[in-house]
Amino acid sequence: MQDKEAILELRNVSKYFGGITASEDICISVPKGYIYGIIGPNGAGKTTLFNMITGVYDTTEGEIFFNGKKINGLPTAAIAKLGVARTFQNIRLFGSLSVYDNIFTACQKNITYSLLDGLFRTPKCRRQERAMSDYCEELLEAVGLIEFRDQQADNLPYGLQRRLEIARAMATSPQLILLDEPAAGMNDEESMALTAFVQSIRDEHGITIVIIDHHMDVIMALCDHITVLNFGQLLAKGSPDEIQTNPDVITAYLGVDD
Amino acid sequence: MLEYWLGVATLTGIYMIAVLGMSVLTGFTGLFSVGHAGFMAIGAYTSALLTKTYGIPNIFGVISAMAAALIVGLLIGYPTLKLKGDYFVIATLGIGQATKLIIENLPGITGGARGLTGIPPGSSFLTVLIIVVVVIWILRNFLRSKQGRNCVAVREDELAAASIGTKVASYKLLAMGISCALCGLSGALLAHFMQYLSPSMFSIVKSDELVMTVILGGTGSLTGSIVASLILIPLPEVLRFGAVQEWRMVFYGLLVVLVIIFRPSGLMGNREFSIAGLRRFFENMRLRMKHGRAK
Repeated sequence: MQDKEAILELRNVSKYFGGITASEDICISVPKGYIYGIIGPNGAGKTTLFNMITGVYDTTEGEIFFNGKKINGLPTAAIAKLGVARTFQNIRLFGSLSVYDNIFTACQKNITYSLLDGLFRTPKCRRQERAMSDYCEELLEAVGLIEFRDQQADNLPYGLQRRLEIARAMATSPQLILLDEPAAGMNDEESMALTAFVQSIRDEHGITIVIIDHHMDVIMALCDHITVLNFGQLLAKGSPDEIQTNPDVITAYLGVDD
Repeated sequence: MLEYWLGVATLTGIYMIAVLGMSVLTGFTGLFSVGHAGFMAIGAYTSALLTKTYGIPNIFGVISAMAAALIVGLLIGYPTLKLKGDYFVIATLGIGQATKLIIENLPGITGGARGLTGIPPGSSFLTVLIIVVVVIWILRNFLRSKQGRNCVAVREDELAAASIGTKVASYKLLAMGISCALCGLSGALLAHFMQYLSPSMFSIVKSDELVMTVILGGTGSLTGSIVASLILIPLPEVLRFGAVQEWRMVFYGLLVVLVIIFRPSGLMGNREFSIAGLRRFFENMRLRMKHGRAK
């Protein structure tokens, strides 16, 4: 693991909300190209971690580095522009827009035209729009949403909404995607499809993934490395096999008889 | 009589420009304002005073009016649009009222509550028509551009918008700027059309009408705003004649209530009017007639 370059690094990160400790002294290093799992019981501070990485919250203590660049303290949009995309625990789509427009809105990386180009729809603007539009069609095809292209996002079935949210994150051409409980509320069949989908994002697009979930079959099948949190603190780190046999983890998850 | 109706049409076009500005702000970016008549007033008095006092051509007066409304709008928007919650609406309420009061209390410059007369004429039907067409074209382009899509993303979900790299506060400010510039334009055209201005023309009722027209047309539909403007702005004029005169505000209110009950998402919802859409609508109607009420 040491020989691999870290794309994301959290150094002694803590977050307090008043007297409540959401995260305390967390150190995580995510190597490039990994699918990295973060698990823990409810309230362990997993989503708080994502919110700090994406600049929704500032850290109380500690530093976060993305590709060696310190990102804590930057606004959310700036961090997104650097190449960190995410999904949300409670799905946040652009609900009244079509599937296509959800993706198209997120495709901005190669759009360089100015506001004036946009207002007068200059050839430069038209050319870039056309290229982006083609790219969006390809992306929709690749993630298997092309047949729902013109459907309103809010009207999609739950599993497809999750998929669309991940696709929207991909559309920003990120290097790192943070998935916050993507399998929540899914049945076995849906979570198997999701597992294959997430695997393909890493394998085919070379995007590093950090995933939070409670579905152990999803986590164990996907992750190269897992960190376990409990009450805001780091409980264990290791490969899926190590985590499954770690007595501390079993205690935290299942509890033990006195 | 023809001249009268041409006047109504011109007035409709002038107010439509302000409604289109509000459509960008309220309909597409999801920000409410209850003071945009204030920006119309800023535009109206700027152009009126510059052309009347210094004798500069109307066109430069109108451009200065847009610039003035834009600058004031950005100065108000910059500190308030970064805040969460309802502070922006409160600020627009304040600026709308303050503008009116300032104009009323500067009789030496603005003519005060008695009004400003002797404004150079302009804003013929044809001029207004051309400006309306150009404004609609530019806004349509805007909404199809990256910048327009970012505004819509902000309306849909601010956190999700930020997570795809949209600078939420900047795009709110952009929408504010566009709406203020268009309200300034609308006010300036109004000044040269009426050749008379008084602060009562820019009361909070006018601000509310602007927002109401956008909502009735359907938030997130440019054509909805256009259709709603065409119906609602001339309505008080159409109802002006004969015995219905005292009843016109009642009719107006009734229409608003009917739309809210039967089309809560506005006349057009968030869809745009198009020939293809119209054809689809009639095709569906035809099929429904043919198969009867099968459902």
